[in-house]
Formats: sequence, structure tokens, C-alpha cells
Amino acid sequence: MAWFDRTAMLWLGAIAVTLIGVFLQGRLDWLATYPETGILPVADLLNAVSNWIVRHFAWLFQGMSALLECPIKGIQQVLQALPWSVAMFLFCLAAYAASGWRLALFTLGASAYMLVIGAWDAGMNTLSLVAISVPSAILVGFAIGVWGFRSRRAERIIMPTLDILQTVPTFAYLLPILMLFGFGTVVGLISSILYSFPPMVRNTLVGLRSVAPEVIESGLMAGATGRQLFWQVRVPSARRQLMLGVNQATMASLSMVIIASVIGGTADLGWEVLSTIRKAQFGESLLVGLVIALMAMVIDRVSSSFAEGSDRPGQTTHRRRLWLIAALGAVLVYGASLVAPILNDWPAAFRFNPAPMMNEALSSFITTFRTQIEMVKTAAFYFVMLPAKIGLQGAVSPFTWGFALTPLHQLTYAAGMIALALWSSRRGSPKIGIAVLIFAVIIYFGLTGLPWPALILIIALVAHGIGGAPMATGTAMGLLFIVVTGNWPAAVLSIYLCGIAVVIAFTLGTAIGIWAAQNDRVSAIVRPINDTLQTMPLFVILIPFVMVFKIGDFTALLAIIAYAIVPAIRYGEHGLRGLPETVIEAARMIGATPRQMLWQVKIPLALPVMMLGLNQTILHGIAMLVIAALVGAAGLEQTVYIALTDGNVGQGLIAGLAIAIIAIIADRMTSGWSRNRQAALGFGAR
Amino acid sequence: MKSTHTDLGPVRLSCRNVWKVYGPHPDRFFTPVSTGTDDPAAKAAGIRAKGHIVANADVSFDVHEGEIFVIMGLSGSGKSTIVRCLSRLVEPTAGAILLDGEDLLKKSTAELIEIRRHKMGMVFQSFGLMPHLNVIDNIAFPLKLQGLGEDERRARAARVIELVGLTGRERNFPNELSGGQQQRVGIARSLAVEPDVWFLDEPFSALDPLIRKQMQDEFLRIQAKLRKSIVFITHDFQEALRIADRMAIMRDGAVVQIGRPIDLILNPADDYIRAFTQDVPWESILRAIDIMEPAAGSMEGLRRVAEDAPVASLLPDLGSAAGVIVEGLDGAVLGMATARGLAASLAPGCAVANPSGSASGK
Ligand SMILES: Nc1ncnc2c1ncn2[C@@H]1O[C@H](COP(=O)(O)OP(=O)(O)O)[C@@H](O)[C@H]1O
Ligand SMILES: [Mg+2]
Repeated sequence: MAWFDRTAMLWLGAIAVTLIGVFLQGRLDWLATYPETGILPVADLLNAVSNWIVRHFAWLFQGMSALLECPIKGIQQVLQALPWSVAMFLFCLAAYAASGWRLALFTLGASAYMLVIGAWDAGMNTLSLVAISVPSAILVGFAIGVWGFRSRRAERIIMPTLDILQTVPTFAYLLPILMLFGFGTVVGLISSILYSFPPMVRNTLVGLRSVAPEVIESGLMAGATGRQLFWQVRVPSARRQLMLGVNQATMASLSMVIIASVIGGTADLGWEVLSTIRKAQFGESLLVGLVIALMAMVIDRVSSSFAEGSDRPGQTTHRRRLWLIAALGAVLVYGASLVAPILNDWPAAFRFNPAPMMNEALSSFITTFRTQIEMVKTAAFYFVMLPAKIGLQGAVSPFTWGFALTPLHQLTYAAGMIALALWSSRRGSPKIGIAVLIFAVIIYFGLTGLPWPALILIIALVAHGIGGAPMATGTAMGLLFIVVTGNWPAAVLSIYLCGIAVVIAFTLGTAIGIWAAQNDRVSAIVRPINDTLQTMPLFVILIPFVMVFKIGDFTALLAIIAYAIVPAIRYGEHGLRGLPETVIEAARMIGATPRQMLWQVKIPLALPVMMLGLNQTILHGIAMLVIAALVGAAGLEQTVYIALTDGNVGQGLIAGLAIAIIAIIADRMTSGWSRNRQAALGFGAR
Repeated sequence: MKSTHTDLGPVRLSCRNVWKVYGPHPDRFFTPVSTGTDDPAAKAAGIRAKGHIVANADVSFDVHEGEIFVIMGLSGSGKSTIVRCLSRLVEPTAGAILLDGEDLLKKSTAELIEIRRHKMGMVFQSFGLMPHLNVIDNIAFPLKLQGLGEDERRARAARVIELVGLTGRERNFPNELSGGQQQRVGIARSLAVEPDVWFLDEPFSALDPLIRKQMQDEFLRIQAKLRKSIVFITHDFQEALRIADRMAIMRDGAVVQIGRPIDLILNPADDYIRAFTQDVPWESILRAIDIMEPAAGSMEGLRRVAEDAPVASLLPDLGSAAGVIVEGLDGAVLGMATARGLAASLAPGCAVANPSGSASGK
């Protein structure tokens, strides 16, 4: 019980400090809210810097902007001028070359849908942005990856930068780019390049590094010069990983192009969705959202098929034949479109527009089920969201729960929780008892009801338990940065919303994952749903929830859960299915019942992998949280979004950085915990 | 079985006092004057004590024209490192490598590339094939790097493809081939440039025992035709016996003993070597000439055998008669093989028979 003596005392001390803080904060204002006067003017400083840059270098960026505008406009014009029939033929042929008939048919269906509902032009605009941003991102990413591969020192700079680029919320990117380059499609292009090159860098580095040493040596022995060795041996051997990078960069680029349309003026698919949502034309936005989802699926399948296919390169004659078919077919279809104009321009009269119908159906659905919808919403609000936010002490009132908190209630709660903590530290471990106590305190006073030093103390102590003093100091410094820049209240709101969503998504998702691991039929049903949710641009996931529940916290919560549940399910299933067969057999031989097998063998062993799932759940949750600002989340993400609309670069960057800090802390903590666990179980590092 | 003549051709490749030290400051232990040392073992121990890894310690040997020189040792004994020093895939920390009398370590990068393109070939344990090229392009890859035209590349590749028996698989990719077939590609690729010196680093270790035996036969067949100067690495003593003209046994980065396989069996330098040679079925390895003594006494009525007759075939005679008469290939009498001679030859190789025999060692 050595552990109990030191660490548990420390924790009990922290809880005592928290309680004292709670009671003192009525008297000491700085405990409740960090004083205005202490806020460092970092945002103002950043604004000054950005103003200075804009004032002195505007010409440079405007020039670049004009220059970049050319290729975008060019491609846009080509794609617009191309008869839809020719474009569709080429898409299908690419899909066929990548993977075969089934994908070609799927592509045909998807693009026909786009045409028929009248989203063709918007789709081509989106596609032309992607078509420029993907090659640029690949080039930039590959170049930086090669640089990092060549020099360890460069790598040490590149990797943390990538971490930040990938965790800073996307809206925060848009802002400085907007300031520098002015309104226009270029902002979408540049932010999309910035967002999509990091995966290419990572894959390039991994790919180049992991070429088997004997392949390199055999290249050297064949007498390769430095350049030959790189281009003819290393790069082609890393081909599969590089293509994986291309696939990821493409998906990232598409999703950013969609997001970037919030700044408007692009007439692409993202803009269609956003403007229709704003006008509450949910039918329309759902139809266009489906186009985005289909487009994402097609692009994903095509590029990942090319990646897999790069292992077994086809015959060159076969490929030459495909190019020939492409050229001939395109000319033929083009000729046909000259004869039959319907192949060139799909007449508006033939458009299929079920949107009004859908809108009607939706509103009748909402009126019919109004009471039920309201009930779900208020129940969630009163019994889950409010307690987490302002605590039981604020949430319980005759108006919400039907009774007021009396001293008797408080006493019962305190006694019950202490008893539970004692019981669980006896049955399980002192750690669980401590966790129960902390949970009880948080639920009672609410996240916003806890003084900021106490919350930071608790989080830093958890970090200490996982990664020792370095992680604890890093965590505390990061959180203090949020405090002194005046973003703490918003950060707590973000943590609150994202925290609830993550807890629900993780519990539910892991349960589904466990079920799917035991049952092949469930697994077969769940997998395609997961795949779809994963490739769907975040934006689209919002639509159905806004339709039914309108704008607000609850909608944001549901959207976050819907997106963050995917990794929880995946890792849950993967963790259980990936266990070493010998362990399972040994347990079976000892005579474990199926239930014992699950709870006492499989789940404890799979826990580290499930924790990695938690890690991904949190990161997915934060990614969606940022987008949820569009439908009414109130934390840091809203600060960023407001800063974006106000053009307040400093505020936007700082708040964005704060989100990145929270994400990085959560990431390091959960992956550190998982590593510790895995080492303890003797599985070795993954 | 190898031919018996011991006369060696001219030296092609020579490895002189080569050291390879890994660690933070490997050069610190080698000033230009201190390269030669009387007691390498003590020096290596000193370097290790300073937290460095000594992969090769004062390795010296010569490889003669047309010879198969086998380097054998347990894993981690420094075999791969020394063969990589010979081709400068690994830069030796000290020592000299002479190829046709010229110091390889003094060559510039460009010269080295030329040498690798025309004089050296290497075969790797895990094949090292280019995953994105099919069989024929893999084999022609070194030629492509040299800038040869497509037609000539294909023609030369086709020749070696036939040599290694891969005809018909030209269009397959490495992941479509079995291990044995992949190594045939590796062999063909290393031969495509028609090298003089051929390095093979455990070429058959990744293969199943049956395939391994078959590949060894193929290898000997190819060598009988091409007569390259070969450095062949293995950790398998049986394999070494089958193919070696001469062999070196390594331990902890240093060469423990060099000689013909039979010399090692009959006169192991220490217990380490004896541990390898002990289980060898000597009756199938030893030949009449190996146990022969100078002719003495009466040779009336004794059977005459050729010098390379396996001892197993002599055993009945050795047991019943005084011995057999050993003739050279030209029919001249070389000496006598007797039971006593056999016992005397075997004694040093037998640990039990020679309890005081931990030899010179350390
Ligand atoms: N790049 C390296 N860095 C550090 N140590 C090495 C390196 N390469 C080889 N070694 C060490 O040198 C020793 C000899 O290795 P190697 O030549 O590969 O042995 P073998 O081929 O006989 O199995 C081993 O102890 C190995 O750990
Ligand atoms: Mg080796």
C-alpha cells in the first residue's frame, strides 16, 4: 500500500484545496475569475504585428493572390466549359482504372446524382480548388518530408510544427490568410494546402525511412549515385506509403475546401450547404451535403485504390491502352455532345428537386413530434449538460428537477459519495476511489463552478501520474497560457461540451465495439457506417442534427458524438479481436465462462488499445467541436469563429492556439497512459 | 566435393587489419601510427570498456582468384560488417582493403561507384529486391544505372536469367515469387554486371532446408562455370563445409582461425572452433590424403586408392590390413593411410580425447 501513502495523500490534499478554493471564491474574486488587469495583451500584440505586415507587405500578398487566382480560374473555366458528359466519362474511367467496374458504376451514380439535382457547377468549382490544392500540397509535403528525412535537425522542427498545424482549429487558419490575401478563392486554396500537406510530410518521412536497408544496399552495390539511389531506389520503394499520403492529403484538402467556404463568395458545394442551412432550407442542404459525401467517398476510394495498386504495377501496355481509350472516348463523347445539346448542358427543366417535399416532410415531422423532441432536449439539458456545466448545486431546482437542494440532500450526497469512494478503493484500487471523489466534486460544483487554480492543479496532477514532472509542468504551463490570455472561461465551456460528448461517445462506442467484436453480423453492419462517417466532411454531419434540433448546445453535442464515436467503436473492436490467441486459449483451458472471459481476460488486456481509441475519440471530438461553432457551441471555438467574422487576427489565433493546447495535452495524456499500460502488460511499444 | 589441390591463384582481394567500431567517438582509438597492434584482443576489450561496440577487430584475410572464401560465425560475430567493409557499404574505422593491389579506402566516391558497377556484385540475406520492378527489370537494374540502352539491358539480363533458371518468370513481381525464386533474382542481378568479386551475405539462410540444399548445388554449378572470387557468409557450418575452398571463423568481431575446412576439423584452434566441428561426420569429409603418412615398411598386398577417396570407403581395409596405399591423381605413390594415421588425425579435433586442449586461445 505504499502507493496509498504518498500519492493518495497528495490527491486528498488537492481535493481539500479545491473545496477550500470553492468556499473562498465568494470572497476572493481572483479565484473565481482571473482578473482583467492580469490579462497579457498577447492578442493585441499579434494584431499589431499582423497590421504591420499587412500594411507593409500587402502588395506582395495581393500579388501572390492574383497570381494564384489564375490557375484556379483556368481550371474552373475548363471544368465548366467541358460538357458534363465528357467529365463524367473521364471520372468513371479513372475509377475503373483505379479499382474496376464496381467503383466505376458507383462513380457514375454519384456524378449523375450531382448532375440531376443541379449541383454540377458548384461541384466543379469545389473540384477545381481540390485539383490545384492537392498537387501543391503533395509537392510541398514531399519536399518538406525529404528535408526532414535528410536532416534530423530539420525533423525536430518539422514534427512539432505539424502537430500544431493539425490541431489548431481550421477556422483559426483562415483568419490570418484572409488578412493577408484578401477575400477570394485564394484563401480557400491556401488554407487547404496548409491543412493537407502535413499528412503528406508524415507519410513521406515514414516511407523514406522504412525502406529496407538491404534494398538501399543493393542499390549502392549496383553502383547508384546519390541521386539515382534516391529517385530510382528509395522513392519507388516507398511508393505505397507515399500514395497513402496522397490519399490522406486529398481527403484533408477536400474537407478544408468545404470548410473554407464559410468566408463566402466561392459558389462551391460548401457554400451551397452553408447558405441553405442559414436560410433553414434543410432539404436543399441535405441534398448538397449528400453530393459532398459522395464526392468524398469516390475520391477516397479512387486514391486509396491507386495506393494499394501501386504494389502490383500493371502492364505498361495495359496502361497505354487506358490512355488511348480516355483520349478517344473523350473526343467521341464531346462530338456527341455537339450533336445532342442535352449532353452538354443538363436542362433545368429535367432537374430533380425533392427539396421542397423534404422540407415539408421535415416540418410535419417536427410539428408531429414536437413534444418528444423537446422532451429529449430538455431532459439532456437538465440532467446531463447543466450538472456538468454549473453543477448539481445550480442545476437542481424546483423548476428543473422538481425539488430544491436541502442540507439533507447535500449531506446524503456527500456521505453517499464518500462511502462509494471508500468501497471502490477497497474493492478496486485507491486510484478508483480518488477518481470517484473528484468526479463527485466536479458534478456537485460544476466545471464552471470550480476555481481555475484548482482545476489546473487537478489536471496537472493527472499529468504527473502519467508522465511525471515534465508532463505536469508542460500541462500546467499550457493551461496557464490560456488563463493569462483571458481565454479560461471559454476554454472551460469547450472542455465541458467536448468532455460530455467524449464520455458519451467513448462509452457508447466502446460498448458497440465490444459487441461487434463478439458478433460478426454486428461488425459487418457497423463497419460501412464507420467508414462513411469517417470520410464525410465534418460539415455534412451537422446537417441532420440542425434540421431536427435547431441551433444550440445540444445539436453541437450530438454532432460531436456522431463523429467521435467512430474511433471508439473501431478501437474497441480492434482491441478485442487483436488479442494474442494463446492468451484466449489459456483462459479457455482454465475454464473461463464467456462472461469471465470478456470481463476478466479480454477487456483488461485490450484496455491499452481502447485507450488509444479514447485518444482518437478526444481528438475527433475536438475537431468536430470547432466546426460545431457554426451551430451554436459557446466555448473557444465560438471565440475563434467570432474573431473570424470580426477580422480579429490576434484573438482568433490565441483562441485557436488554446484549442490546440487542450488537444495536445489530451493527446499526450491518453497516449502516455496507454503506453504505460502496454508496457506494464508486457506488450512492448507499438 | 572440392578438388584437393591446395595451390592458390593470385590474390584478388585482401583485407588488412580492418577494424570497425561503433559508438560516439570511434576514431579516438586509432591514431595514424597506432593502427598496427600486437594484442588486438586487449585493444578490443579496452574499446568495449569505453562503451563502444567493436563489430570487427583486426580482421585480416586474402581472397584468391577463383576461390570461395567462406566467413562463418554465430550471429553478431561481425560477418555482415566485414563483408560490408569489403564493399565499403560500411566505412572501416581502421585498416586497409586491397582490391587487385589498390587500396579501396582511398578511392573517391566516383571511383567507388565505377568499381561497384563493374567489379563487384553482392547478394543479400533478405534479397533486397526492388519491390516496384519485375524480375527482368530488377536484374537489369544495375545496367540501367550504368546508362545502358533498353535492348542491351534486356539481352544481358536474359542471359543471367537462364543461368539461374528463372526463364518464364521474367514478368513477375518480387511479391509473386517464392523465397528461393527471389534469391535467384538476387543472384542474377548481382551477376548481371559480370563482376570479378562476388559477395554473398547469408544468401540461403532465409530459405527452407530443402531449398537451401538445392540452391547450394546451383551456386556451385554457377561458380564452376564462372570462377568468380567469392566471399560467402554463413552461420551454418554444414553449408560452409559444402562450398568452402577456405574459410575463416569469427567470434566477437575477430577472426579465430583461417584454413581449409579439413584443417579446421583436424586442427581446431580452440574450443570455440571445436564446438562447430565436433558433430561433423568426419568419415564422409576426410579423404585418404588427409590421414596419409609417409610410406614406411612393407606395402605388399595393400590396396591402392586415389588421394581423394573418402575415408569411409577405406575403413574395412584399415581395420583388417595394415593400411592402404595412397596414389596421386597421376598414379604416383604419395604415402600410406593407416588406422594409426586416422586416429592421430582425429585426436586434436576431439575435445574429450584432448582435455588439456583449450589450445593457444586467451
Ligand atoms: N550500425 C550499427 N551500429 C551499432 N552497432 C552495430 C551496427 N551494425 C552492427 N552493429 C553491431 O556489430 C556487431 C556485428 O554485427 P553483424 O556484422 O551484423 O553480425 P553478423 O552479421 O555476424 O550477425 C553486432 O553486435 C551488432 O550489434
Ligand atoms: Mg549478418
